[in-house]
Amino acid sequence: MELDFDIIDLPDTDHPTAGDEAPGFTRPLVTDEYWEDVSLSSLIEEDPVLLVCYPMDGAFPATYIWNELRDRDFEATYEVRVAGLSVSSPYEHTTFIEERGIDAGLFSDPQNGVAESYDVVNDLDGMANVSEPRPAVFLIDTDQTVQYAWVAQEWPDFPPYDAIEDALADNCEMKPLES
Amino acid sequence: MTDSGETPAITLYRLQACPFCERVVRKLADYGLDYQSRFVEPMHSDRNAVKRLTGARTVPAIVDENTGVTMSESGNIVEYLDKTYGSGR
Repeated sequence: MELDFDIIDLPDTDHPTAGDEAPGFTRPLVTDEYWEDVSLSSLIEEDPVLLVCYPMDGAFPATYIWNELRDRDFEATYEVRVAGLSVSSPYEHTTFIEERGIDAGLFSDPQNGVAESYDVVNDLDGMANVSEPRPAVFLIDTDQTVQYAWVAQEWPDFPPYDAIEDALADNCEMKPLES
Repeated sequence: MTDSGETPAITLYRLQACPFCERVVRKLADYGLDYQSRFVEPMHSDRNAVKRLTGARTVPAIVDENTGVTMSESGNIVEYLDKTYGSGR
């Protein structure tokens, strides 16, 4: 995005990076049919997880991010499970999944504790006492080690999708081609 | 879901704030049974996951892997839990 003014820089964080253990958590995971409590450790049992932290459902970055992820459909190519995380309620996730045709499950974390444990909290200016995760993407291996991390340094900022795809290519098995 | 990653044998399909569902929850708690809650949509027509299990879209519905039982209707479920896990079993 070319703008003739500076956009907001976000402060430095101590978020986990490649090689660190990803903080564990359990939150309601919403799919197109229901939601239930799911732990990160259970989610990574079979395949690595691409955890996508994004602004609340309905904000335009949320829409842009999930349209792009839907179109790229990483799960069709790589042995990876994509999971979203925002502060929106399960009801909002349900609507968002339907409206955007999202295949991934979305974690609901209204109190933003996961963002706190990953040190990616974004305190929202002009919304008193509301915080959410800043846009961030973590590729977490089946042993709960972070293999790749990207965290927004500006507001707004969007995930580097090509770099994420490179990280998937480096760290995840390819799905067998369907004949 | 427990932190150890073990999934309980009983899955309860429920609607938030549904008194019939809470009736079943109370009974599960009475018997100290571990269960996994799956919350479904208020819109009846959107509950296909439940329909596939029980043939109907009503909740509560439970799946008990201990016995292989799948059933709906809170009265039936409570009776089943009494018979299976209650003192009169």
